[in-house]
Amino acid sequence: MTDVAIVSFAQTDHQRALPGINEVEMVQPVIQQALDGVGATISDIDFTCSGSSDYLAGQAFSFVMTLDAVGAWPPIAESHVEMDGAWALYEAWLKIQAGHADTALVYGYSKASPGDLPRVLSRELDPYYQGPLWPDSVAVAGLQARQMLDSAMITEAEMAEIAFRNRQSAANNPHAQLRGSAPVQELLAQDYLSNPLRKHDCPPITDGGCAIVLAAGDKAREWVDRPAWLRGIDHRIDSHNFGGRDLTVAPSIAIAAEKAGVSGDIDVAEVHAPFSHQEKIVITGLGLSDSVEVNPSGGALAANPMMAAGLVRLGEVARRIMSAEIDRGVAHATGGQLLQQNLVAVLEGE
Amino acid sequence: MSEDRTISALPDGLWTQPQPSVPSGDDTVSEVQRIRTPASFVYDFTPGRAPSRFLRGLAEKKILGEKCPVSGDVYVPSRGMSPVEGLPTTEAVEVGPKATITSFCVVHIGFGENAPPTPFVSALILPDGAAVSLYGTILGIPHGDVRIGMRVEPIWLPDDQLSTSFENITHWEPIDEPDVPAEQLKGHM
Repeated sequence: MTDVAIVSFAQTDHQRALPGINEVEMVQPVIQQALDGVGATISDIDFTCSGSSDYLAGQAFSFVMTLDAVGAWPPIAESHVEMDGAWALYEAWLKIQAGHADTALVYGYSKASPGDLPRVLSRELDPYYQGPLWPDSVAVAGLQARQMLDSAMITEAEMAEIAFRNRQSAANNPHAQLRGSAPVQELLAQDYLSNPLRKHDCPPITDGGCAIVLAAGDKAREWVDRPAWLRGIDHRIDSHNFGGRDLTVAPSIAIAAEKAGVSGDIDVAEVHAPFSHQEKIVITGLGLSDSVEVNPSGGALAANPMMAAGLVRLGEVARRIMSAEIDRGVAHATGGQLLQQNLVAVLEGE
Repeated sequence: MSEDRTISALPDGLWTQPQPSVPSGDDTVSEVQRIRTPASFVYDFTPGRAPSRFLRGLAEKKILGEKCPVSGDVYVPSRGMSPVEGLPTTEAVEVGPKATITSFCVVHIGFGENAPPTPFVSALILPDGAAVSLYGTILGIPHGDVRIGMRVEPIWLPDDQLSTSFENITHWEPIDEPDVPAEQLKGHM
């Protein structure tokens, strides 16, 4: 295996809506910042891969427009996933493992503001049985929370505590959208948004993006003093059929965690759990002990740029390793509804 | 046992796919071969800074491109980036309205409500001062007489119908100027 590291990370100041600018105007400064972070230009990059979604942009082949931000002429080696940028990072990692690249630029982005996000996300569901019923993403997450509550796996107070902790942590994150939270008792006094979910249990709707530079071996050491090495990375999928799985667990997370090598001392875990109750499923799946600090950035409950929030988790762990704040961390990204697809990575300093 | 069927609405069908097969042995369930699940969304489209300048220019019958800060090349219409440098464009520059055909095709199957009667010519059109070509329709000349290098100008909607839309240019027509040699158009498609 080739040693591959994250060597640079940049993200937008995530916001509810960026009405004046288009996607490429939004993401170009972040790509520029990630490249500048290691003094690189696009000519130093062997492979570029992005994650975005036409359903969010409301436009076919929307990612092609955004390629203007990387200077794709003369032609570059480039690919795209209709998924979170974390899966674009996985593709870039494979490209490096295959010996086809030593360096890679990865980015993920979306503007969720142009459309009606909870309804747009209903198009992630199967087109025969679930999609035609148009269940919005909050209602679908509510089914999962209800199953957990009824199985005594979580309480509404625990859910509020998870939301509170994440948003209080985000108070120290200048890029977060929701920074700080009302006290738990106040949260629990609120009406339901979609029973059993209250507003605080749900992620914000976000416009934003992020970019990461990957490098192999000596190139990573040349670019930065302390690369954030990807010691393991794996992604797995649970059934898309809600009726075919126990919604209170996500076995794909446990498998991905085992394959990625989640064990031993872990300082920080950045997990991609858009809804409060989902954090408990993810932490359980990863098998993390209570001593692990979870989501010092505030996680997806503080800023949830679709197609980027998973890649941000990798970037947040890498940033803390590169700055020598921590030695070892776990990053988790999810895709689809109800934690259907999961990617887990273990990152480490030298 | 499967037989190809056409799935295209085009004349005679251009593509086929296999006939769906029906499981045998269960006559209690009537076969469902096809369901329709219509979906539509309304989006508040954000053109962005540079495309907004382009669209506002069109409302004044101006074609505005955006200048690359490094090469000086003017891109039109622009999303606000130089695709060669990966850098934001810095200056809006008016190009045209006179222009040159850099490539074209004769269209025999029209799509859409506003398509001209077939056959007609779709072309890539390089406005004077621009580095890349715009897409447009050529009318006012028999389609067999259209040439690469031919000089054209835009035909606009009446002033009282102008809006912030590319449809302000209904089509392009030839003007009485000598053709531009094809070698001068290389790299400007």
